[in-house]
Amino acid sequence: MEFAELIKTPRVDGVDLHRPFMPTVEGTLCLTGHHLILSSRQDNTEELWLLHANIDSIEKRFVGSLGTIIVKCKDLRVIQLDIPGMEECLNIASSIEALSTLDSVSLMYPFFYRPLFEVIEDGWQLFVPEEAFKDLESMTDEWRLSEVNKDFSVCPSYPSLLTVPKDIDDESLCKAASFRHGGRFPVLSYYHKKNGMVMMRAAQPLTGTNGRRCKEDEKLINATLCAGKRGYIIDTRTIAVAQQAKARGGGFEQEANYPQWRRIHKAIERSNVLQDSLIKLVEACNDQSHSMDRWLSKLEASNWQSNVKEILTTACLAAQCIDREGASVLVHGTEGTDSTLQVTSLAQIILDPACRTIRGFEVLIEREWLQAGHPFQQRCAQSAYSNGKPRSEAPVFLLFLDCVWQILRQFPCSFQFNENLLIMFFEHAYASQFGTFLGNCVAERVKLQLSQKTVSLWSWVNRPQELERFLNPLYEPNNLVIWPSVAPQSLLLWEGVFLRWNRSTKCLDEACQEMVHIIEYNKELQNKVNSLRRQLAQLETEESPLQTP
Amino acid sequence: HLHVRVEQVKLLDRFSNKSVTGTLHLTATHLIFVESNSTSAQEIWILHHHIASVEKLSLTTSGCPLLIQCRNFRLVHFVIPRERDCHDIYSSLLRLLRPVSYDELYAFSYNPKQNDQQREEGWQLIDLAAEFERMGVPCDQWQLTDVNREYKVCETYPRDLYVPITASKPIIVGSSKFRSKGRFPVLTYFYQEKKAAVCRCSQPLSGFSARCLEDEHMLQAISKANHNSRYIYVMDTRPKLNALANRAAGKGYENEDNYPNIRFQFVGIENIHVMRGSLQKLLEVMGTRSLSMTDYLVGLENSGWLRHIKAIMDAAIFLAKAVTDEGASVLVHCSDGWDRTAQVCALGSLLLDPYYRTIKGFMVLIEKDWISFGHKFADRCDQLDPDPKEVSPIFTQFLECVWQLTEQFPQAFEFSEWFLIQIHEHVHSCQFGNFLGNSQRQREDLQLKERTYSLWAHLLSEKQNYLNPVYSPSFAESHPVLEPSTQAYHFKFWRNMYHQYDRSMHPRQSILKHVYKVFLHLSLHSSEMTHAFLCLCAFPQKLQTFGVSTSPLKPQTPPRERSHPPRPQSLILGAPLLSRKEVQQEEDEEVFGEEAREDAPASTGGERTVEGSSATENGYGELKGSFDSKNEPAVVTLEFGVARMTC
Repeated sequence: MEFAELIKTPRVDGVDLHRPFMPTVEGTLCLTGHHLILSSRQDNTEELWLLHANIDSIEKRFVGSLGTIIVKCKDLRVIQLDIPGMEECLNIASSIEALSTLDSVSLMYPFFYRPLFEVIEDGWQLFVPEEAFKDLESMTDEWRLSEVNKDFSVCPSYPSLLTVPKDIDDESLCKAASFRHGGRFPVLSYYHKKNGMVMMRAAQPLTGTNGRRCKEDEKLINATLCAGKRGYIIDTRTIAVAQQAKARGGGFEQEANYPQWRRIHKAIERSNVLQDSLIKLVEACNDQSHSMDRWLSKLEASNWQSNVKEILTTACLAAQCIDREGASVLVHGTEGTDSTLQVTSLAQIILDPACRTIRGFEVLIEREWLQAGHPFQQRCAQSAYSNGKPRSEAPVFLLFLDCVWQILRQFPCSFQFNENLLIMFFEHAYASQFGTFLGNCVAERVKLQLSQKTVSLWSWVNRPQELERFLNPLYEPNNLVIWPSVAPQSLLLWEGVFLRWNRSTKCLDEACQEMVHIIEYNKELQNKVNSLRRQLAQLETEESPLQTP
Repeated sequence: HLHVRVEQVKLLDRFSNKSVTGTLHLTATHLIFVESNSTSAQEIWILHHHIASVEKLSLTTSGCPLLIQCRNFRLVHFVIPRERDCHDIYSSLLRLLRPVSYDELYAFSYNPKQNDQQREEGWQLIDLAAEFERMGVPCDQWQLTDVNREYKVCETYPRDLYVPITASKPIIVGSSKFRSKGRFPVLTYFYQEKKAAVCRCSQPLSGFSARCLEDEHMLQAISKANHNSRYIYVMDTRPKLNALANRAAGKGYENEDNYPNIRFQFVGIENIHVMRGSLQKLLEVMGTRSLSMTDYLVGLENSGWLRHIKAIMDAAIFLAKAVTDEGASVLVHCSDGWDRTAQVCALGSLLLDPYYRTIKGFMVLIEKDWISFGHKFADRCDQLDPDPKEVSPIFTQFLECVWQLTEQFPQAFEFSEWFLIQIHEHVHSCQFGNFLGNSQRQREDLQLKERTYSLWAHLLSEKQNYLNPVYSPSFAESHPVLEPSTQAYHFKFWRNMYHQYDRSMHPRQSILKHVYKVFLHLSLHSSEMTHAFLCLCAFPQKLQTFGVSTSPLKPQTPPRERSHPPRPQSLILGAPLLSRKEVQQEEDEEVFGEEAREDAPASTGGERTVEGSSATENGYGELKGSFDSKNEPAVVTLEFGVARMTC
């Protein structure tokens, strides 16, 4: 086993673990192939189990023979280990470095993890495209399920089954694919039951500098419009960025070739900019010495909140076009795997009450992120403490979760789940025992045989014991479209993630529990009242001659 | 009798392109806008005293715009079809806005249909002598002095003052002559556990070298009254530079060489002018349409508002720590000792004593540190159109500090933020007598207790509206002293205060309101259970068969008794509901009114589950261009296809 080669010192005694807002724990540090474990060997103290994959970066310091390793995690936590003995400390540090940056996916923990729970419902079967299509068929017959990508040759980042307009044959799809970046031709993302309008997503068209056009592409997207109806193309890039893309063979839809469509440009940042934004934000949040002015200016300089606002606004705009304007929408940016998915998935949360249930939200992530080919493995390889050269890391998914949290804050009674679910998804996207977020697209996942070799996150989350943690006691289902406010005054910093390790939440947690308690007590009373009512009604019918006092 | 009525007036939303049409009424006390749309018929009542400024903008094609800014941060933008009407309203308002004598204030005409006895009882609710007794004063070290019985020593102090027993009258009088406005050191809070005192005064008239033996004795006496500590802290709440500047004017601060056993400390809270400017900047930024995140955060920073809030909080925490950790007495002053000193003493006491975190206790605290010690409400809140340079949001800042604390300690306060907002509303409304005038003496001269009503009685009568549903009295036992974090990121912009009337800013569903609703259900359920149980008792022989025990089933009493007097509507969703009936109505609506509501224009009033949630209100983006062949000149909003108003 090659892990053993990387672990020079598997065990050190007398290690001190320092964590903010928690007492120092002294114990034994153990390194395994996938975990860093610190145990005090006393019954009452919790053990620290840290996945190596969760470690973003480490720092070493020495004072005499006492070494200190500062471990910075992808979930933004920072812990400190004081290790007696210089050699031990160096060994531990180099092992952690090696084990947390393993290149091979197949060495990742999910391939070794065996669940201690019984899998009742296999999460790998959570989303079945054929069944989703049946639902769609019950509402409209304008669409078909195409197998054109069954061997992932037309578009490597798409799944094998795609929903496309009925009148467009596979041959046209192939031609349209050759006209779109990465072969990502326009496919159905969402069907709005209320008025039959649709949202599609794609990658940028490859118009290039000489204004190439593609009849099949035009036909494909026009096929989604009803006669005489109009549509909107939401390009997530600014017009300037879209113009520049032409030089690299990309581009945008020319009005002349798409007369039934209006193009709207928004300004969602590209992934490398977002990564920088995350790093700056976390730096600001972790610096405890700030004056008010410095904090606000650093928060501003990180641009994180601006990114949240822009993404949310774009999603609202897409939803507005569909629901209020009664128009169909096509969303794309450059590759169609990042900002595009942020917009389409958030728009669905706004429009479709089903996405606000736990299961619906899981399906949304499965459908609009995993199947739609968001490159999780590349984007989540490093988090805010990465000090190496950024490759393709970017908090695209985290920003999506942040936006969902913003909507949740504004509509606290409209979601079946609470903030914990969002935080949990953030953690698992970056480091997990489950295979769900491994790989960059369906094709890779098939190749890795994830569904056979690893456990799905959904198998675990959907167990009743786990679900309980994620339920929102305030939830009252409603079928409305929920329009969030995007005014800067209405958008807050997501403290649950960014200040999670920097503040004590005891008071807030207790208040939250009290609220849950009140609500549950109310439900209990409601039930009692109902049963008394029933009994009374029954008695009255049985003994109708008797007079009640 | 004054009553102007103008029809077809447009009310523009401040942040979106929406508008509603209605009728504007001007009465002797209120400006009232009644929406004409019969289904929603929203009404807006603006008390004249709440209006800070009226501005007539230049004429547009649709009429004459009138911009009204209120002290409760409401901003209304009317467009009146005829310029003459607009001018009439404008000039009438200008006249009404500037009352020249106290008699013109609303409090002297407001009559809540109470008899004299009820009114008197209202004024007796808060008893400061009882409050000092609660703290344990008088005691062996502190006594009540009658030196100010006739307001002869200090005009702006109350009659009853508490001083160390060793401070004789000559010392008091001597000290008062050495203090700005005669405001000599007196007790404001006594921390019984450590026998530590929180005292307040104004700056000494020390100049560069002047001394006053009586004043030195006075501080010595305060120090001696506390056996737990050899020294007392003297907190000068001003920035050092300001204090130094005052020396040149013959004022200044205590020289540690002359006062033995004091620990002198500057705290650095800015003066009223800086605070006024800061709020102005804040409101300017927040009032910007289509505000970008960058401009918002930069504006928030540049306004300095949160920096000032943090400075006040830091000072209060310093005070609380000195008292609890070191058991030391603290003397707080600024220049005159009625602005920053009031903020720090009141907030410090609130950190120290759980009683002040209850509804009644909070009233007592305001009555003590703000009203009785002469915070100049009339000047600071611009009640009588005096010097605009005297206006400053000092009290607002105090309320905001309390709100910031409620965010960190949600279970520590008996009241919700709605209570704070209501108090703020009435500090400016001049509807009740409490905050009129600048000092107790002035209030007595105005015979407020005979001629006006007390706000506290009014607020207590609708106490249930202000309750914090997650308040836990046991929290006070586990956290008698609050120790808030002062990390910058804990200080947030108080949207519900400064955007109180901007519906598009608020969360569309409120946790607080939801829990309130549950509360009301609790009491409904309990009474229903009692009823059902009594009915069931009529069938004793049958009860057993249903497994119901015949021992009385006691429904737990609901957490709080509630009755709901009417109160003004609020746009904030956290604001409690009016009545059970309304809860019921609302639920009916939730069940039956769904579709209709979703399609109805977002301007329809009423508080609802997904309140005003509307794409049109939020301005996600103007969809430029139109599919129709005709080209419209102006920017066209997607929603209505009407040209945007350019004002």
